[in-house]
Amino acid sequence: MKVLTLNFLTCAVKDCKSSNNSFPLHPKDAELVYDDLEINPQLLVNVLPRVDWVALRTTSTELGFPELPEQPPTVEELESDEKMLQDLHKLLMETQIMEGKLVCGNCGHEYAIREGIANFLLPSHLV
Amino acid sequence: MSRPEDTLAADVHYDDVEARKYTTSSRIKNIQASMTQRALELLDLSSPSLILDVGCGSGLSGEILSDLSPEEGGPHVWVGMDVSGSMLDVALQRDVEGDLFLADMGQGVPFRAGTFDAAISISAIQWLCNAESSDTSPAGRLSRFFNGLYASLKRGGRAVCQFYPKNDAQKKMITSAAVKAGFGAGLLEDDPETKNVKVYLVLTVGGGATSGKGSDITGVVEGMEGVDVLDNRRKGKSAGRGEIKKGSKIWIIKKKEQMERKGKIVKATSKFTGRKRRVQF
Repeated sequence: MKVLTLNFLTCAVKDCKSSNNSFPLHPKDAELVYDDLEINPQLLVNVLPRVDWVALRTTSTELGFPELPEQPPTVEELESDEKMLQDLHKLLMETQIMEGKLVCGNCGHEYAIREGIANFLLPSHLV
Repeated sequence: MSRPEDTLAADVHYDDVEARKYTTSSRIKNIQASMTQRALELLDLSSPSLILDVGCGSGLSGEILSDLSPEEGGPHVWVGMDVSGSMLDVALQRDVEGDLFLADMGQGVPFRAGTFDAAISISAIQWLCNAESSDTSPAGRLSRFFNGLYASLKRGGRAVCQFYPKNDAQKKMITSAAVKAGFGAGLLEDDPETKNVKVYLVLTVGGGATSGKGSDITGVVEGMEGVDVLDNRRKGKSAGRGEIKKGSKIWIIKKKEQMERKGKIVKATSKFTGRKRRVQF
């Protein structure tokens, strides 16, 4: 699962919908893989305004990456700065979680990830 | 024709054998591909986008999304969710590019608000009309799904869901659930009245009027060839309540229709209906 996708995931449990702690989910015992993907600058520019930068900083620290700048780059900066584009592409698209767990900060529910597929099936009493 | 929806749950029906059959059948592949192309046409995306594929299965439609050339607005990045582990297993072996989730659409869509530019779903949402256990109902599953989908799409986003309704009641049930969730909804039928009819539910999230077009399906299909628009919605206030004067001809005809629907015997409407009798003296 891409780090980009993790930035959009929330806890699926009903009671967590109203809680602020249910986002972002916290990776636990994560095994990472780098997958070589072709860079798609237009997509990154399109997606950037929707990325929750605070959550992305938390996630990247939790995954053991160097700390990200405090402010997200603006679209103009991204378009002009090749290096920044490469870095973001590497973090958001190429870094993938293959094994591990995602833990909700509110209810503590653990979503298992196996072979890159996260299991979001819930027992019916939590829906 | 037998419907697998009638006999088993989606995750039980698509076991290893069925999933493999589904993915290797060239007939199914062709149909899926043409439906995905049609859905993309309806979505009308101009630049690379983030797309949710509901009921992605083995990634047959996702593949088309990632292989789209830059001239056609691609390649898109997609996230797929499916309830069948076997299907996802096949997707893994085929090495698809999208992120996969093992999730039941009837339990909602676990993404934060405004995540996706668009959503597609090919031959999946009719499964929502089945509830396998006593603690869920089709209506509940439909509303959870559409509410979740509505929230996870960005403003102005679109969703196109191709599905196989069992009958008109099911078609209506799905559409009204989508409307209830807040979508602007419309149905597009390709090859209507034939065996190969394909039903597309086209959903828009408010503010879709990007280029002055209508924000609902009539705006979506505008300019498409061979599409007839049948708009059943009430036009303006003319049919609104309180407008018809009691005792008028229109009022009488309306009442007669009402009674007819109830199965009562009603005199045929003629030019004399609702007229005053002449003065006797």
